[in-house]
Amino acid sequence: MFKRLNRKIFSHFSRAVPLFVCIVIFFGKTFSQENGDCFSCHNDNSLTGTKKGKTISVFISEKKFSFSVHSSLQCINCHSDLEGKEFPHDEELQKVNCGNCHSDEQEKHAKSLHGKAIARGDKLAPQCFDCHGKHDILSAKDRTSPISPLKIPFTCGKCHQEGTKVTEQRTIHQDHIIENFSESIHGEGLLHKGLIVAPNCASCHTAHSILPHTDANSSIARKNIATTCTKCHAEIEVVHRKIIKGELWEKQEHVLPACIDCHQPHKVRKIFYDQGMSESDCMRCHDNPNLTSSKDGRTLFVNFEEKQHSKHAKISCSQCHSEVNASHLRPCETITKKVECSSCHEEVGQQYQKSTHGELFAKNDANGPTCKECHGTHNVLGKTDAKSKTFPTNIPKLCATCHREGQKAAVRYTGEQHQIIEHYRESIHGKGLLKSGLTVTATCTNCHTAHSVLPKTDSNSSVNESNVPKTCGKCHHGIEDEFAKSVHSSLITKTDKPLPVCNDCHSAHTIRRADEQGFKLDIMTKCGKCHEDIAETYFDTYHGKVSQLGYTKTAKCYDCHGSHDILRITNPKSHLSHDNVLKTCQKCHEGATRKFAGYLSHATHHDPKKYPWLFWTFWGMTSLLLGTFVIGGIHTLLWLPRALQMQRELRKKKNET
Amino acid sequence: MKHNGTEKQYLRFTRLNRTLHIIMIVSFISLSLTGMILKFSYTGWAVLLSHLFGGFESAGNIHRFAAVMMFGIFVTHIIDLFRMKRHEHLSLKELLFGKNSMMFNRKDWRDFVGNLKWFLGKGPRPNYGRWTYWEKFDYFAVFWGIFVIGSTGLMLWFPEFFTRFIPGWFINVATIIHSDEALLAVGFIFTVHFFNTHLRPEKFPMDIVVFTGRMDVEEFKNDKPEEYEELVAKGELEKYLVEPYQPIVIKAVRVFGWTALTIGFSIVVWIIYAMIFTYR
Repeated sequence: MFKRLNRKIFSHFSRAVPLFVCIVIFFGKTFSQENGDCFSCHNDNSLTGTKKGKTISVFISEKKFSFSVHSSLQCINCHSDLEGKEFPHDEELQKVNCGNCHSDEQEKHAKSLHGKAIARGDKLAPQCFDCHGKHDILSAKDRTSPISPLKIPFTCGKCHQEGTKVTEQRTIHQDHIIENFSESIHGEGLLHKGLIVAPNCASCHTAHSILPHTDANSSIARKNIATTCTKCHAEIEVVHRKIIKGELWEKQEHVLPACIDCHQPHKVRKIFYDQGMSESDCMRCHDNPNLTSSKDGRTLFVNFEEKQHSKHAKISCSQCHSEVNASHLRPCETITKKVECSSCHEEVGQQYQKSTHGELFAKNDANGPTCKECHGTHNVLGKTDAKSKTFPTNIPKLCATCHREGQKAAVRYTGEQHQIIEHYRESIHGKGLLKSGLTVTATCTNCHTAHSVLPKTDSNSSVNESNVPKTCGKCHHGIEDEFAKSVHSSLITKTDKPLPVCNDCHSAHTIRRADEQGFKLDIMTKCGKCHEDIAETYFDTYHGKVSQLGYTKTAKCYDCHGSHDILRITNPKSHLSHDNVLKTCQKCHEGATRKFAGYLSHATHHDPKKYPWLFWTFWGMTSLLLGTFVIGGIHTLLWLPRALQMQRELRKKKNET
Repeated sequence: MKHNGTEKQYLRFTRLNRTLHIIMIVSFISLSLTGMILKFSYTGWAVLLSHLFGGFESAGNIHRFAAVMMFGIFVTHIIDLFRMKRHEHLSLKELLFGKNSMMFNRKDWRDFVGNLKWFLGKGPRPNYGRWTYWEKFDYFAVFWGIFVIGSTGLMLWFPEFFTRFIPGWFINVATIIHSDEALLAVGFIFTVHFFNTHLRPEKFPMDIVVFTGRMDVEEFKNDKPEEYEELVAKGELEKYLVEPYQPIVIKAVRVFGWTALTIGFSIVVWIIYAMIFTYR
C-alpha cells in the first residue's frame, strides 16, 4: 500500500485513512486507465512504495516520459498486469516484459552471455533497463541516450572497467578494457574526435548477442572476427593480401591470421607493426639463451623452434602474453600477470578452478599445479602427440611426479589409497596401458578427469560413489547398463544402507582381471562385507569350503547370483528364479534335475526353525559322537591303572626268567 | 613285545587279513586326511595339506580312490568269510555264532562286566578268548562306518544321480552325517583303538601282531588265555606255531607302524585344534 498518498492533502488523516478514501473513491469502477491516471500519483517525486521489504521511490517523471521513445504508449501496455486494476494498485508489480514488443532483441539477449548470467541468477548480469533505462528510454540516435555511439563505452564501462564488481568478482579475460579502448585508434576516433561512425563496443560485440569469443556464434569468435571487422574495413582483406605479402600466407598455405592476431582487441593501432609486436620482435631478446629475469634470475629464454612445433604454432606471443603494450619500447614491460590460458580454453579453465588443483592454486598453495605443470609452456603438445606429457601412456608418469608415495601430493593425502602408481602399474588398466601399449586403456585422467579432479568425498567428483558407475561406464558401457538394472543399483533399490558400486568389488588402483584366481577368491569376502550371514553359511557348504582352500573351480557368489546383473530371486529374470535356477545349476552339474536344485547352498545346522532337518541331524550325530567317546574314554581310563600294573608284573616275571 | 628270534611264534592272523589291514590303514589315513581338509577348510593346515595333495581336485580324487579301496577291502573280507565257511565246512549258523565268530555273544557281556570289576579292583582279570569284546567293537565299527559313511559318500559323489530319487536338501543332511560319522571314526580309531591295541602300557609303543600275524606263545598265553588253554587241551597249539620273521621285516613293519601312528595322532591334534580354536 502507498505509505504516502498526497500526504499534503491528507496529512491530518491517520495512515489508514487515505487508503480508505482511495478505496471509497474508486470502488466499483472499472475503466481503462489513461496515462494521466497513473501520473496523477506517480508524478509526485516524494511517492514511495515497497519492494521486497525495502522502501523505494516510485516517482516517474511525466516530462521525461513524454520525451521517451515510448511516449505514445500507455503505461498499461508495458505494465500489463495493471490493466483494469483498481487504484491504488498492488505494490509488487510483475516485471515488465520488453520482449512482448522487442521479441528479437530479447531472444538474442537471452542467448547471450548476459542473458545466460541472468538465467543463472547472477545479480550482476545486466537487464534491458540497465543499458536502456526504464521510463526515460531514448532512441540510439539521441545523443543523450546511454546507447548512443558516444555514450556506449560509458554504459558498458559501468560494469567493464577496473574496480567494478564485475571485473573483481567475475572472470573477464581482458584488462583495462575502457582505458585501452580509449587509447586505441577506434577509441580515439570515437571519444576524442567525436566520430560517431567510429566503432564502439556494440559494433564489434553486437548490442544483444554478446557472446564469449570461445562461442562459435560470437561476433568475436576467431572465424567470425574478419566478418565483424570487415563491416567497416570492407576491403581490408584485399589490402592485407597486397600489403602484407609473403608472411604467413606463403609460409603456411591456407592459413589466414585473424585480425586480432596482429591487432589486439581494444588496443588496435594503425601503427601496430611500426612499433613492433611481431614474433621476431619478441625473439630479438628472448632468443638469447642467457637471458634471465632481473627479478628472480629465472631464464627468459624461449625456444622458438620448440614453440613452432607446439600446439600453439599458429598463436602469436602477444595472444597469450596479452598485457604487452605496443606503444612501449619494450612492449613486455607492462606485463603484470601470468599467462591466462583460460582466455582461450575457457571451459577447461572453469573446470580447473573448481578442481582440487585449482582450489589449491587459488589459495596460493605452492602444491597446486597450474596448466603449465602438466602441459608445459611454449612446448605445449596435444594429448594425441605421443611425445606429449599428456599422451595416455605418459599420464601415469606425469601424475606420479606429485602422487607417488613420498611426493608432495601423496604426503598431504590422508585417504586410504597408497602406492597408487605402483598398484596402478600392476592393475589390469596399468598393464593394458603400459605393457600392452593400448592407449584406449583407462589411465589416471579417464577416471579422475583431467581438469575436474576432485576427492571422492566430493559429490561432484567423477570418483564419488554416486558417479562411479557412470565413470566406469564410459568404457564399460554394457556393464553399466546391466548394473543399473540390478539390485545393487540405487535406481532399483531404495535403502539407507550403502549400496556397492564398481570399486567396492573391483577396487580402484589395484583392479584385477575378473577371470584371475586372485579376484575370484577375493570376491567372497567382498560380497561378505555386506552379506555377512549369507557368506558365513556359504562357507559351511561344499562350495564355500573348496573356495576357502584356495580353489576357484567351484561355485562362487557370482556363478549363481550373476555379477553385474544380480536380481531378486523373485524376479523372473534372476539367475535363481524358479524358471532359471536349474539352468544355473546345470552350468556345472550337467545332469542336474529339478530336485537337485533343492540343495541348500547357504545351509546352516545352527537354525532349528529354518533348517530343522539339518539341525536335528547335526545334534543326533554329535550325540552319537559324544556318547561313543565318553564310553570309550571311560573304558580306557579305567583300564590304564590295571594296564600299568600288568606291565610291572610282566617285567618282574621277565627279570626272574 | 620282545622275542629272542628263534623260538616259534603263534600265528594269529592269516596273510590275507594282514594284507587287508595294511591296505585299510593306507586307505583310512588317506580318507581322513583328504576329508578333514574339506571339513576344516578354514584352518591354515587344511590349505597347506590341500596343496600337498596337489589341489582340492586331486585330494578329492585320492579320497574317492581310497573309498573304493575301502569298499574293496570290505568285499574281499566278506568273500574270504564265505571261502572260509566252505573250506571249513561250516554252516551259516556256525559261521555267525560259532566259537571264533566276531559276533557278540554272552561271553563278551560277561567279559565286559568282568573287565569293569577288574578295573575297579573287584575281581580277577577275565579269561579272554580269541576275540575280545573291544576287538569285536572295532570290527563292527568298520561295518557301520562303511554303511553310513559309504552310502552318504556316494550321494555326495553323485548328487546329480541321487537327487533323481531324493530331495536336494538331503544332500545337505548327507554332508552332515558323512562328515560327523567320519569325525567319529577318525577320532575313535586314532584314540581309543590306538590305546586299546598299541599304547596300553604292556603293549607300548605298538603291537605289531596285525602286521606280522605272529606273537610269542608266552604273550599269547597271557593275552588270550581261554584260546590258549583250549588249543593246549586239544593238543592243536603246534598246528599254529610258525617261524618268526627276519629282523629286517620286523624293522620295516615298525617303521610303517610308526608312520601310521604319527599321522593318526597328528590328525587328532589337528582336529582338537580346529574344534577348540577355530570352530565355526
